[in-house]
Amino acid sequence: MSTLTALARAQAVAAGRAQPIATVRHLHVHDHPLVLIPIAMAGEANAPLAAMIGTEPASPRLLVVRQPRNRDDRFAFFADLAEELLPYLESFATETEEVPVDRGKDVRLRYLDAPQIWLPNPAGVDFLRLLGRSTRFRTVDGEHPVPAGVPLLGRWLTYLAGSAEVPGSSLLLTAVQALTLHWATGQSSAEDAQLGALLAWIESGAAAAREAENGPVAGPATDPDFDNRVLAPLIERSAPELPEVLRELLLPTWDRMWRTLNLLRRLPAGERVRLRWDSDRDAYTAFAEYVAEGGAPQPRRDGAVAAAARLQRLESAAARYAVQRAFDDPLVLAEYRLSGAAFAGVVTLANPNRVDDRGKRPVLRPRIMVHTTEPVRMEPGTSLTSPARTAQKARVVSVAPAGDGFDVLLELSGGMGRKLVAEPGSVPEVGERLVLTTLSEAYRPGGSLPDPSDTPWTHGGPPEPATDPSDATDLSAAAD
Amino acid sequence: MGKRLCEDLQLVPSFPLERGLDFPLECGLDFPWSAALTNDRLDQLRGAAKAKRHNARTIAALTGNPGCSRRAVLDAAGVDKLGLADRLGFPGSFGQSRFALSRGNAFEAMLKADDCALLRSVLGADDAVGYQDLNADSLGDRHARTVRVLTDAQAALIDHPLLTLDVAGQTVYLEPDLVAYAHHGRLQVVEIKSFAIVDDQAESAKVSAAAVQAAVYVLALRELLERLGQDPALVSHEVVLVCPENFSLNPKAVVLDVRKQLSTLRRQLSRLSSVTALIEALPEGVSFDLALDPEQLITALRHIEPRYAPECLSACELSVYCRHEATGGTAALGRTVREALGGIETVTEVLDLAAGRREPSEEQTEAAALLRAALRLRTEALAATS
Repeated sequence: MSTLTALARAQAVAAGRAQPIATVRHLHVHDHPLVLIPIAMAGEANAPLAAMIGTEPASPRLLVVRQPRNRDDRFAFFADLAEELLPYLESFATETEEVPVDRGKDVRLRYLDAPQIWLPNPAGVDFLRLLGRSTRFRTVDGEHPVPAGVPLLGRWLTYLAGSAEVPGSSLLLTAVQALTLHWATGQSSAEDAQLGALLAWIESGAAAAREAENGPVAGPATDPDFDNRVLAPLIERSAPELPEVLRELLLPTWDRMWRTLNLLRRLPAGERVRLRWDSDRDAYTAFAEYVAEGGAPQPRRDGAVAAAARLQRLESAAARYAVQRAFDDPLVLAEYRLSGAAFAGVVTLANPNRVDDRGKRPVLRPRIMVHTTEPVRMEPGTSLTSPARTAQKARVVSVAPAGDGFDVLLELSGGMGRKLVAEPGSVPEVGERLVLTTLSEAYRPGGSLPDPSDTPWTHGGPPEPATDPSDATDLSAAAD
Repeated sequence: MGKRLCEDLQLVPSFPLERGLDFPLECGLDFPWSAALTNDRLDQLRGAAKAKRHNARTIAALTGNPGCSRRAVLDAAGVDKLGLADRLGFPGSFGQSRFALSRGNAFEAMLKADDCALLRSVLGADDAVGYQDLNADSLGDRHARTVRVLTDAQAALIDHPLLTLDVAGQTVYLEPDLVAYAHHGRLQVVEIKSFAIVDDQAESAKVSAAAVQAAVYVLALRELLERLGQDPALVSHEVVLVCPENFSLNPKAVVLDVRKQLSTLRRQLSRLSSVTALIEALPEGVSFDLALDPEQLITALRHIEPRYAPECLSACELSVYCRHEATGGTAALGRTVREALGGIETVTEVLDLAAGRREPSEEQTEAAALLRAALRLRTEALAATS
């Protein structure tokens, strides 16, 4: 928790309303998202009870497992879910665009759009991950056949839950995380986990939030009291009104999901959100092709090489996401200014045409002096970037106390054209206000990893093919 | 006796609490209070109601927020906190789903069927190992029999044993799922839980709750052995957790090392000993008798200092009232928020220091400078875009 966000929480308490902690939207909001609200059966190992799903606010489809402990009912639910989800997921695998790779020597294809699924909260993502785990190894023939589409559903759910872990990815999003990324409420983050209360803080205020706390759940866990008083009697006597009761339980959350989307749509998108969505489309293209080619289910656990590669991808995505958010949003950048990783100042001197001719070839190295009243914690030699000119590097030459702050002398390189005279506007002019930060968008290459078949014995040796023999009996045993 | 497996620790949407055990106290048992604390004073605090007792879960919860004197005192006096919260108009929702209960019971029954056949196989205990069910009628009998069985060192599975632990000067009765006498003459606590272990992974919150709970039992067993003049190290610091595997009911046993939980527990319990002093310091006539008016109860509560944190919402029945009381304090926003705000007590103070409307005290100087900078940056960034 940064002090800036904490201060916003304090302000929210005083104002009785949530306060913005972002000036732009940091995620992609799809024109045609799919909203999914899963509800779990208490006590069972990740057994579904119901789900509300759809792409139109006015027409949600409700899927219900009438007897949650019955294996056939459960797999009929999975089949229904697959019937709703798979056509949506596959509907974007149509038109492609060409993306240059290898410095323009080659191209690869990328789908023009990708799916986007919204869940109420992170617990829903965990639920989907386990649903994926319990369905992706199934087969449509053999001893315990499952309806067509179920194994494929399992692969997609596993993929989507994995993508939700990638910082900055917008393929699978949760309303709670999306809202807390942009607003701070006057309550604790534990209380923010409840979508109803969180949204009420933003839309109406503190009093409404307290009201909403006792309202219907956003899943996947149900309220124990609801289980005991309402659900248990209905399930015991296989009551025909069960779906109607569950619909009533889920509709308020359904409504809140779409209100969340509308709230987010009203914020202007950050400049670099588009870039991250491009990455999402790349990832979607790759997985859709993998599935289309009959790809095997994801293994139960990643092998050593796959796990290391995944960790590396997650780390670089996290770093890129943090930098992009800061560059897109002055309020996020302010956090770095507060912690000493950035400072703002005004250009007091500029020598835009300074040429360094000590080397073999003369190079353009303009210098500028920036005066700042903020603390400067950078050593000479540090390379800084300004969000306004990300292609340009500013090396700290010296930092000297001056007046009420510091004079920082900087030497610029890059982003000024190829000539020995800087392109107009590429060098900050005297009087211009700048923010300079140690954050950098520069590409950081990851370490190289061996081929999985060359996994050394220290890391368990080459992974075995993904099978799960124990699985076939799982649910049949549970259904007894 | 109701089994209490498979708790749901989910924070959303209500704040369910793991249900405690209600011991059949009408059998007229004497609880051996420490000399300093008289039953009278505790009875007076509690009023006419039947006492609620500590159990492994409430002890585990105590270690979660050891600084809360209010909880320590109310628990020591056995006050019905759920009823108290209800009376104050801040009811919590602390139920447990019937579905969860029945699955937990089914799992345990399955394990213990046929002379614990399944449990033996998952624990790797052979048929020669005896099985003793101590589920007798009265607490006293059960505890006496537990002591007898434990002193009579034989390899065995001991079901429904009853242990005691000294918590803040009072004796608490504890009921582990099972104590197994391993072959090497070491006692091992076995915890049966009904949350699933999928691909060797389980929900970390549930595993850590189970570990703390098992640590309470280990501690109680060690104290018992010590009292019997035996080596407490005979009780293993490794406990066995038995859970269903993947999406089936097939059991899987894993070994947890609870040394860390044990040392935390010991430290927290030693700090709790001050509860006697806290109770003695209460003014004469303070009572939490649920028959009293809400205003009188609130006045009584003010005499014991709470330490509300958002984590209480999932662990303490009185938390909704304490949250209401803590409104306006930075602690109500969570520990990390409070720390980010430099540990300043109230929201008003924070905002006044940030705006420069209040002179910081000496220890607030650093925090105040940070808050002023934060407010300046925040205002600047928001003004630029609006």
